[in-house]
Amino acid sequence: MTLLRELLDSLRSFVATVGAVALFFVRVLGQIPRALLRPGLIVEQVYNAGALSLVIIMTCGLFVGMVLGLQGYDLLQRFGSEDALGTGSALALIKELGPVVTALLFAGRAGTALASEIGLMRATDQLAAMEMMAVDPFRRVVAPRFLGGCIAVPLLTMIFISIGIFGVQLIGVQQLGVDAAAFWSQMRASVDVSDVMEGVIKGCVFGVACSLIAVYEGYTATPTAEGVGRATTRTVVISAVLTLLLDYMLTAAML
Amino acid sequence: MRSTRAVELSTGLFVLLGFAALFFLVTQITNRQLSLNDSYEVYAHFENIGSLKPGAAVSIAGVTVGRVESIVFDQQIYKAVVRMRINSRYDKIPVDSDASIMTSGLLGGQYIGITVGGADEYLKDGDQIEFVQDALVLENLINQLVATFSRRGEQTQETEQ
Amino acid sequence: MALAQEPHIALPETAAIIEIRDVHYSVGNRAIFSGLNLSIPRGRITAIMGPSGTGKTTLLRLITGQIKPQRGQILFDGVDVTRLSVRDLYALRRRMGMLFQNGALLTDLDVFENVAFPLREHTKLPEALIRHIVLTKLQAVGLRGAARLMPAELSGGMARRVALARAMATDPDLLIYDEPFTGLDPISMGMIVRLVRQMHNALGITSIVVSHDVEELSQLADVGFIIAGGKVAAQGTFSQLKNAESEIVHQFVNGLADGPVPFHYPAPDYYEQLLA
Repeated sequence: MTLLRELLDSLRSFVATVGAVALFFVRVLGQIPRALLRPGLIVEQVYNAGALSLVIIMTCGLFVGMVLGLQGYDLLQRFGSEDALGTGSALALIKELGPVVTALLFAGRAGTALASEIGLMRATDQLAAMEMMAVDPFRRVVAPRFLGGCIAVPLLTMIFISIGIFGVQLIGVQQLGVDAAAFWSQMRASVDVSDVMEGVIKGCVFGVACSLIAVYEGYTATPTAEGVGRATTRTVVISAVLTLLLDYMLTAAML
Repeated sequence: MRSTRAVELSTGLFVLLGFAALFFLVTQITNRQLSLNDSYEVYAHFENIGSLKPGAAVSIAGVTVGRVESIVFDQQIYKAVVRMRINSRYDKIPVDSDASIMTSGLLGGQYIGITVGGADEYLKDGDQIEFVQDALVLENLINQLVATFSRRGEQTQETEQ
Repeated sequence: MALAQEPHIALPETAAIIEIRDVHYSVGNRAIFSGLNLSIPRGRITAIMGPSGTGKTTLLRLITGQIKPQRGQILFDGVDVTRLSVRDLYALRRRMGMLFQNGALLTDLDVFENVAFPLREHTKLPEALIRHIVLTKLQAVGLRGAARLMPAELSGGMARRVALARAMATDPDLLIYDEPFTGLDPISMGMIVRLVRQMHNALGITSIVVSHDVEELSQLADVGFIIAGGKVAAQGTFSQLKNAESEIVHQFVNGLADGPVPFHYPAPDYYEQLLA
């Protein structure tokens, strides 16, 4: 009986949280037109979320690509189809690994920074001070950061995929001796623009999701050191789960 | 504080890099989809298409000239109707050409290979390719083999007798 | 901008700028205010005092419309703050300046940009004029030389002086100070007291100072309110407050350890608990 009640309670609080995030999202969207009037602020956030994540994205992309090269080669040579390495790994990178790993890295690198920054602004009364100066924090703080993330993630995804394919090529062609012509021509023959678009769409959706979670957690964080810490942890966990869940749904929808 | 100029510069570099990556993926990794403007459509009826999928290549002599646009089952004739979009550059395919469903490699997908015929008339938009060869279905192949072997076995038995 | 709004000068000096009528406010089951009545005179420095946890900061948040009471009216120049739309509230807030406990400077902007912030957000003034205004305000608080420092490089007192310059940037009619003396050394405290006086004398701004430093406030404020138990426990000039009959006011003003606010947090009987 108590178990049932607890279940119902947690279900209710879950639904309430979803509602709160949705309302928050609407509020952010409402401020976006006015935030766009100050492109300088958005550029700054694209810099924070994107340019500063570039090194980690490129490093990880390279290694993911190299691992794919090794594993893919090992698997394919059992069937004598090493030439399909380009196709297989390019599709894996474009459709799944690129968008998902980029989103996870973004949540860890930029999402936590966003959440703790906004949380600390709340804790040090900066948001209240803005409200007192008749400046809506949603327009000045939340919307530009959200937009910055939304712009950065798809671009980071594309960079990740390109570097990843370079990594596959590095191991597969340069090191393990897959025929370069076969590698590229098979890849070209079976990868479609629509596949790349799938990657772009996923990147955009994950960008919106992860940025929203980060700014929401930061904005609603309990204004204490502990509360901000918890908000950053939640940002990573929720972003990761949400990314994988959305990935499944998007894949099912687009296949 | 980092100067605004430096922020703008590195943000610009980042955005350009992102778009360069997208451009690279679209132009270098993919086989650019034929634009609808400069292509024409033909169709063919197959008894069995195997595992042919929309988007599969249509090739002549190994060169990709088009893609499979759609595959539907026609209940009137109980056959699969495969519509193909072919680049207008290749507008001299004789009407009596032969479309067959082939498999590329052991793991490769299936595609349509066109064997050029000898007529003077060429395929144009909306035409049907009359001569087709269905996909090789492994089970049928094996059945045929088994049948052949058992028949041969009977024959040898007969001769022994 | 407030510069353009002059009608309040024509009003009699004694008219109240803020009227709080029968305000009820509670968080969860805990009632913070139950029937609070208070009026803050225009053009004066008003002190709001009270023991910790009596909701002084909550009162400021009510006045500025950051939170809304369950019942009652809060009139700012005759306008009910509790009924305003967000847009009107923001318009009203441009006439108020607030100094937060720790300054609440925006940490990603330097001192100059912090003071320029409200100007950049609300006006389209040319850069030269903004520079002029900002430097004037910084000069007034004695920190023109610190214009290019980041907030992290400032001491507590300096941060509060910058925040004061920022609150002054748009020339508000009302300045609210939330615990301006907390955690300052005597020198910084003296500076803040002097600045609050100067702002008031030079510009005729109405000021509300929330604090529990009775000594500093008695030098500074014209009138004072002591809030306890969700209501105004005493009000008047400081000599009136010192002679107030109320026990809690007596305890508060004289800083007594025991009284209506007990020294001991409620606990079971001492001997019983020890022997148990």
